[in-house]
Amino acid sequence: MTSLRRRLFVILLAATGAIWLCAVAWITLGSRSELEHVLDARLQEAARMVHSMVRGGNIAAAAGPLPQMQSGYERQLSCQIWSLDGELVARSGGAPDAALAGPSEGFSERTVDGERWRVFTIVDGEKGVRVMVGDRVGLRDRLVRDLVAGLLAPALLMVPLLGLLIWISLGRGLAPLNALAREIAARDGEDMRPVAPAEAPSEVRPLIGALNGLFGKVEAARRHERDVTAFAAHELKTPLAGLKAQAQIALASPDEAIREGALKQILVSVDRTARLVRQLLALAKLEAAPRPAAPAELDAAAVLREVAAHGPTPPGVAVEIADDLAGLKVTGEPEALHLVLRNLHENAVEHMPAGGRVAWRRCAGGLCVEDEGPGIPQDELPRVAERFFRGRHKNAAGTGLGLTIAAMAAERLGARLVVGNRDDRTGVRATLLWT
Amino acid sequence: MRILVVEDDPVLSDGLKVGLELSGATVERVGLCADARAALAANRFDAVVLDLMLPDGSGLEILRDLRAARDPTPVLLLTALDETTDKVRGLDAGADDYLGKPFDLDELAARVRAIARRGQGRAAPMLAAAGLVLDPATLSATVDGRAVALSRREFAVLSALMERPGVIRSKSEIEERLYGWQEEVESNTVEVHVHNLRAKVGREAIETVRGLGYRVRSAP
Repeated sequence: MTSLRRRLFVILLAATGAIWLCAVAWITLGSRSELEHVLDARLQEAARMVHSMVRGGNIAAAAGPLPQMQSGYERQLSCQIWSLDGELVARSGGAPDAALAGPSEGFSERTVDGERWRVFTIVDGEKGVRVMVGDRVGLRDRLVRDLVAGLLAPALLMVPLLGLLIWISLGRGLAPLNALAREIAARDGEDMRPVAPAEAPSEVRPLIGALNGLFGKVEAARRHERDVTAFAAHELKTPLAGLKAQAQIALASPDEAIREGALKQILVSVDRTARLVRQLLALAKLEAAPRPAAPAELDAAAVLREVAAHGPTPPGVAVEIADDLAGLKVTGEPEALHLVLRNLHENAVEHMPAGGRVAWRRCAGGLCVEDEGPGIPQDELPRVAERFFRGRHKNAAGTGLGLTIAAMAAERLGARLVVGNRDDRTGVRATLLWT
Repeated sequence: MRILVVEDDPVLSDGLKVGLELSGATVERVGLCADARAALAANRFDAVVLDLMLPDGSGLEILRDLRAARDPTPVLLLTALDETTDKVRGLDAGADDYLGKPFDLDELAARVRAIARRGQGRAAPMLAAAGLVLDPATLSATVDGRAVALSRREFAVLSALMERPGVIRSKSEIEERLYGWQEEVESNTVEVHVHNLRAKVGREAIETVRGLGYRVRSAP
């Protein structure tokens, strides 16, 4: 499990630590060069002082105690006075016997008795002496180390304190997230109200926006499901109510004509309900069936002729299958093609109670069927493929599922179903488009 | 009793019409919201049987508009949804009763009679006036305790008069109660029914008010 708080804590602490280390490195380097400079200046000054005493003839005093910095760095400076012929004339206490530097004037470094020295040398040809003043490099390093240690010690003390502060601040900073989590956790499954983003900080708002979007989608899907369930309940229970009412009439009526009428209505209703069941099963199958591994190449005209021959053809309705459909090959499942053609055909034929012509022909990008029925009111067109939607020009046998099934089956064939009104006369044109 | 059935399923609509007619009602039926609104605007019904899901809208909208227009016509809702919230919504929209599909025809007829009765401002199921007692549930009539056999139409004429004893009912009012829209009515039909009724329940029970119509005496 990753904790955002822990992660931020580690990142912040590491970043702070890294910045500190950089600062320490910088200060160390900076201090060192500054210190070198100051100490070199002091070496030079001390050498001149000693030299001036030597010129004054006071060699013994010159090699006496040199000004000391502080108690922790005692005997830091050492002084040697050499004659030009290489004889040690005098030296300060603590200075080694071996020469600290070579014959040349100015700054030099040399290791004497295992210790590294930095030395400033003045050569006085008139007096015949060489004055050397030096200090130990090790001491210089110690100075720098002490300086850096002085900087680091409080920092190391502060790290836990800083960590604690960062930890608490992160807790406070992440509080809106926790509040959001609590609010969502406290909801039941039915509650799809949007989360109020009013008091949320701007960083959390995109999350809230995304959540609200998801809530909206889930709610819409559930509403759709409820609608479909409600429609299904209506479409299934209404014929049952009709059957029951007619059966009760048939049982109760003393009139032979009424009894017969009721029984005929029962037959009509049973046929319609049987068709509804068939359509529902087709729909369920379309929804459940996986796509076929190897789709076959199908002859659309042949399937269409079969559909037209077996489908209902009310008196006065002529079915015309154009010759240009011959040879139209469709790749897909035979069952899907059969379903889409059958449902479009039934839809066309059944919406022509007064008779007319149903014409199948080739259209740009696919094939289409045109009927001479009343058409579909413009406002209902976007809804024709909705489940159980039957519009104002519905027919008694319709289930409201035909175009739904046709659209789904068309999709399985890689086609798109477009349903619209004819522009040359009243009637519907349903087109299968392969795009 | 004149009833409007608003139902789009032809088989159920037919069953409702025939079934309610068997129980003595005159039934008009429509299958669209628009037709239902037109019928309700132009006619007076004793009760409406209203399906909730119609092809061009929801029955609930018709109901709301009806109540918004202060129309007190009793309404029984028919719906396939059994959830309590739907029932509550329907009743709160102004419905008087509620029946889920599928239903028992006898129960539906009884419920329609009950809401129609309440719509007429009556609580008693029997109609009684001038020594006559009518039972709309069984379409039976008694005169001074003696059973009289009445035809369905005769019963309808008599109950139209007895719903409001002492009030004059015009010929056309009575005709409206007797026949649906599609039925041909002969000009003297009501006179013939009243004539036959007088022969069965006594001459003095139904009074002719010349030029206005008929009435039943209000005294019991």
